[in-house]
Amino acid sequence: MSTPLAAVESPAPGLRGSRMDRAFALAMAAAAAIVMLALAGAAASMLWGGREAFETFGWAFFTGDTWDPGARIFGALVAIAGTLTTAAIALVIAVPISFGIALFLTEVAPPWLRTPVGMAIELLAGIPSIIYGMWGLFVLAPLLGEHVYPWLNDHAGALPWIGTLFQGPPLGIGKLTAGLVLAVMVVPFTASVMREVFLTVPSRLKESAYALGCTRWEVVWDIVLPYTRGAVIGGIFLGLGRALGETMAVTFVIGNAYSVSVSLLDPGTSIASAIANEFAEAIDPLHRSSLLGLGFVLFLITFVVLVASRLMLRQLRRREGSA
Amino acid sequence: MNMGLQRYRGFKNALAMSLAVLAAVLGLAVLGWILWTTLSRGLSAFSLALFTEATPPPEMPGGLANAFVGSALICLMAIAIGAPLGIAAGTWLAEYSRGSRLGEVVRFVNDILLSAPSIVLGLFVYALVVATTGGFSAFAGALALALIALPVVVRTTDDMLRLVPAQMREAALSLGLPQWKVTVQILYRSAMGGIVTGVLLALARISGETAPLLFTAFSSQYWNFDPTQPMANVPVVIFQYAASPYESWQALAWAGAFVLTLFVLLLGIAARLILLRNRIQHD
Repeated sequence: MSTPLAAVESPAPGLRGSRMDRAFALAMAAAAAIVMLALAGAAASMLWGGREAFETFGWAFFTGDTWDPGARIFGALVAIAGTLTTAAIALVIAVPISFGIALFLTEVAPPWLRTPVGMAIELLAGIPSIIYGMWGLFVLAPLLGEHVYPWLNDHAGALPWIGTLFQGPPLGIGKLTAGLVLAVMVVPFTASVMREVFLTVPSRLKESAYALGCTRWEVVWDIVLPYTRGAVIGGIFLGLGRALGETMAVTFVIGNAYSVSVSLLDPGTSIASAIANEFAEAIDPLHRSSLLGLGFVLFLITFVVLVASRLMLRQLRRREGSA
Repeated sequence: MNMGLQRYRGFKNALAMSLAVLAAVLGLAVLGWILWTTLSRGLSAFSLALFTEATPPPEMPGGLANAFVGSALICLMAIAIGAPLGIAAGTWLAEYSRGSRLGEVVRFVNDILLSAPSIVLGLFVYALVVATTGGFSAFAGALALALIALPVVVRTTDDMLRLVPAQMREAALSLGLPQWKVTVQILYRSAMGGIVTGVLLALARISGETAPLLFTAFSSQYWNFDPTQPMANVPVVIFQYAASPYESWQALAWAGAFVLTLFVLLLGIAARLILLRNRIQHD
C-alpha cells in the first residue's frame, strides 16, 4: 500500500513529492532506529561501565555475599537474592488478586460498572512509585510491625520447614513489606492484561458452555483460562518484570541492609534500591563500576522476563488474528 | 447424589464470584487508602507558600515552588525530545513497515523498552551524558525522562494510526497527494486524539519518575533555570525530604506527594477520556 502509488502522480510535483517522500520516510525510519539504539545502548553502557567490577572479581561478583565499599569488596548475591525474593512475594500475592479483579471486570460486574472500576484500577498503576514507597514506609510498615509481624513470628515462625522465613524482629521494614508494596503495584498491570486477554475469548465458546449448563466459574476455569493460558502467563511475567525493576518503593521499605538472613521479616536490599541509594555518592571507581555491573545484571534478568512475557502475549494476538 | 453435585457446583461458583468481588473491592480500597494518606498528611503543609516559596532549610517555613518549576521544565524538555521522536517512530511502524520483519522487531524492542526498569535507562543517560560532561544537569534528567516517554508515544501513535481506515489513505493518495502529505495532513489529523493521549500518558508516566533523576538531574535547593546545572524537581525533593528526620520537611514531602499524585491522576483520567471518546468514534 505504501510505495507503488507514486507512479500515478503527475511528473513535476510528483518528482518533488517523491523526493520529499523519501526524506520523510528516512526521518521516520531514523526515529525508529533510535528506539532500537536506546535499548542496545542501555545494555552496552552498563556492560562497559561494569567491566572493571567483572574483571576484578570474576564470578565472585555474582556469588559473593559481601558488599563492603570500605574494604572494596563487592559481591552481588545479597542484592540479587533480595530482588528475586521480593518479586516472588509480590507475585504470590498479586496473581490471585489480579485474577479476581479481571474476573470481576469481565464476568461479574454489571456492564455500567466495568469502565469506571477498570479505570480506577488502571489509575492505581499510574501513581508514582515514590508515593507507594512513602505509603509503605509511613503507613503500612508501622501497621505490619505492630500488629501483623509479631503474630506471624509467634504462629508461622513455629512451623516446621518454612518457620525460619517468618522469624525475626518485628521492625515493619524488610523483604516481606517490600514484597507487599510491590504486590500492590503489580496488581493493576496483571489485572488489566488478564482482563484484555479474557475479552478475546470468542463469545460463541462461552455461550456454548453456558448452554450446556456450566456455571460462570466453570466457564472461566474450563473454557476461558485454558484458551488464554499463554497470554495470562505473559501478563504475570509482565508484572514480574515490573516487580524486579521497581526502585523507589522498594528503596523506602526494604531496609537497605546487606544481610544474608533468610527471614523475610529482616531488612535486605535489592539491585535497584542499592543503585538508587549508593550511585550518586559512589566516588570510588570500583564501587561505581560494581553498581553499573549490578545494573547490567538487573537489565539481563528483566530483559529475559520481559521478552518471555511479550512472546507469550504476542502469540495470543496472532491466534486472535487468524481465528 | 445429583442434587449434591449441583449444590457443590453452585457453592463453588458463588464462592469464586464473591472472591472476585472481594478482589475488586480490595483494589479500590487500596487506591482510596493511598489517596487518603497523601491528602491527610500533606494537608498541614498546604498553603500558598507551597507554591510561592523555595525549598527551606530544616524547621524553617517554605514551599516547593522551585521544585515545581524545575519539574515542569525538565518534563517539558523531555516531552519536547521524546514526543516528536515517538510520533515519528510510531508513524514509521504504522505507515512504512507494514508486514515487514523489521517492523515487527522494532515493535518488539519498543515493547521491551516500555517496561524496562527506569533506573536502567537512568544509568544509561548517566554514562552517556553525566560521565562525559562531568556533572549532573537538568538536561541529562530530561534526556532520561525522554527515553521513558518515547516508547509510550511510539506505542499509542502506532496503534492509533493503524486504526485509521485504509480507505482514507487510498482516497487521499488517489487524489495525487504525496505520501508524506497524506500522513501529515490527513492521517495525523484523524488520529490526533489518540496521539495527544499518548503524549499525555507519557507526561503522566515521567512526571513522577524519581530513580533516573537521582543521578542525572539530581536536585538543587535553589532557584535555577540553567539546564546544564542540577535542578530542583519534585520527585527527588520528596525522596530527600521524606527520608529526613525533620518534621517540617516530611510534611512538605507529603504535600508534594499529594500535588504530584493529583496531577498524575488527572492527566491519566484526561488521557483515558480522550481515548474512550476516540474509540467510540472509530467503532
